[in-house]
Parts: sequence; structure tokens; C-alpha cells
Amino acid sequence: MNNQAALFQYLLQLGDTNLIIGHRLSEMCSRGPMLEEDIALTNFALDHIGQAEVLLHFAGNVENNGRSEDDLSYRRDAEDFMNLKLVEQPNTDFAFVIGRQFLLDVYQCLLYQKLSKSTNDELAGMAARFLKESIYHQRHSAAWIERLGQGTNESLGRMQHALNQLWPYTAEMFVDNPAWANLIESGVVPSATELKKEWYERVSKVLTLSGLNMPKASAEDDSLNQSIYLEQLLAEMQYLPRTYPDAKW
Amino acid sequence: MSDKNSQGPVWEVFTQKKSGQAFQHAGSLHAFDREMALENARDLYTRRDKPFGLWVVPASAIVAVSSEDSEAFFDPSDDKTYRHPTFYDIPEEVKNL
Repeated sequence: MNNQAALFQYLLQLGDTNLIIGHRLSEMCSRGPMLEEDIALTNFALDHIGQAEVLLHFAGNVENNGRSEDDLSYRRDAEDFMNLKLVEQPNTDFAFVIGRQFLLDVYQCLLYQKLSKSTNDELAGMAARFLKESIYHQRHSAAWIERLGQGTNESLGRMQHALNQLWPYTAEMFVDNPAWANLIESGVVPSATELKKEWYERVSKVLTLSGLNMPKASAEDDSLNQSIYLEQLLAEMQYLPRTYPDAKW
Repeated sequence: MSDKNSQGPVWEVFTQKKSGQAFQHAGSLHAFDREMALENARDLYTRRDKPFGLWVVPASAIVAVSSEDSEAFFDPSDDKTYRHPTFYDIPEEVKNL
């Protein structure tokens, strides 16, 4: 794979992860536990969809095949999406929403921090902007982890259950795709494996403070690449543009 | 969760546009703790324009004049023109007074 194709794929991974978590959070609109939290989660949905828009627009330019961010969002099938499986996981309850968000926020903070020093100026500039949003997201989700962990037995049990269920999907964050070796070597993107130690420390610190246990990793986690949820999510997200291809606002 | 406090206590939100300017009341919200109140204030009241400062105050900490006391508190002061600082020229350099 040449560098241009590799960068396209890398940008798709970043963009798709943001697009899918943005959609999942948008499903919380009008379903938050209280009005204020409903608005906060919807704001985060908009932040992630905004990041996806910028990343997929850039991806379209890199690919140089005339595809816009809308084409990439609405006219690809599930097997072409490169998002982390973590962000597809459904909004089972509020603990799942917060747990999924926290695990992602810590990862994105570390990733964007490194990407903001990319040798690709455009990517570095984007990452620096995204980082500010992610730092705030992490502050918000970490505070909720602490509240639920130190709340009632019910909230503690649900939070621990959500983390245990989501944990296997975090292994994927730290696997370097062999196709990106050149990008890593030339300092365009960081190595994913480098993020793991600090991610683990930051997550462990918040969970311990909250009275929660670090879930156990399993050897099978690395090969976990199936999730049944993406097709359902895309069916809803892509319905309108696919049914009415020429629809305009 | 059915009692009227299930959303948490009420907090009042104040925002400051620029350094040195007075904080202005922006609105109110529900939150269970200080951090939640500050984050909710950020998400509800600061997303459209970037303020310089942000305060949240528990509504229960505010002491207010009740409407029946209103006359005794406020009426005596507005009929004496010498009490109003309208006889001074304010230099142009002084902004936001």
C-alpha cells in the first residue's frame, strides 16, 4: 500500500470512529437521565460528528477520487467502515453510555496529543483542535464514572458490568495496522501500541478512585473483530440519503 | 426517583463576557454536585459565545427580598434625585462602569 492509500485508510479509521460514536450519542437525544445531561450528550454527539466531517473531508481529498465526506458517510457498506468496534456498542443503559465514552475519551486525548505533533501539518492542526474537545469530554465522563462508582450499590454494579462488557473492545485501540508502518516511521501518525501504557494508567486511576475494578483482559480480545451492531446502525443512519439520493435540504 | 428533587438541587449560573466586567445572570439548572453544576452550566450557557468567566451558585445560598417586603426595601430611594450619580461626567476612557 502506498503512503497516500495508507493515509486515506488511517483517516477513515479516525473519521468513522467519530461518526459512529456521534450517531450513538445522538440516539440519546431526548433519552438522557435529566435535561442537562441530555444536552451535554447531544453536544458531544455534535463534537464527534464535527470531527468526523473534517476527517472524512480530508480523507476524500487524500483519496482524490471525488468522494465527499457525505459520500463516505452515507454511501459505504458496513464492511468498508473502519471504526473501532467499541463505539458501535449499543446504549444499553446510562452506565454503558458513560463507560464507552470514558474509555474512548482517554484514548482520544492521548491519540490527539500525539497526532498534534504529526509531520503532516494539516493533520497536526486538526488534532490540536479536537484535543480541546476530548479533554472536556474526558472530564465529563470521568466525573460520571466516579459518581456512579461511589453512588449506590445499584449504580456501582451497573457501572462495573458495563465496563466488563465493553473491555474486550478496547484491545483494538492499541493494535498497529501493518499497512500504516510507513506512516508511523515518517512521524505522520503515532504508533497505537505506544498509547497503551498511559491509557491503562489513566483509566486505572479513575476506576480505582471510583471503587471500580479494572476488568481482566483476555487473550481472545485481540482477535475480536465481529460486532453485530454496525449494520443496524448504518441502516438507520444511511436510510434517507440512500432512499432519496438527490434529496436536498 | 419520583419526588420533585430527582433532578438535584437548583443552581444559578453567572457568566462574564470579558475580564473585569460584571458577572451577569444567565439562567439556572439542576445538578447534584459542584462539578456537575459547572459542566452543566458550560453545556447549557456557554456553547454559543465564549465567555471569560463562569460561576455557579447554589440557589439555596441566595438571600432574596420577598415581594411583600418590596415596598419597604425599594420605594424610599427613587424619589431623591441627589441620590443618583447623574451629576458627574464620566471620562470616555472609563468603560463598563
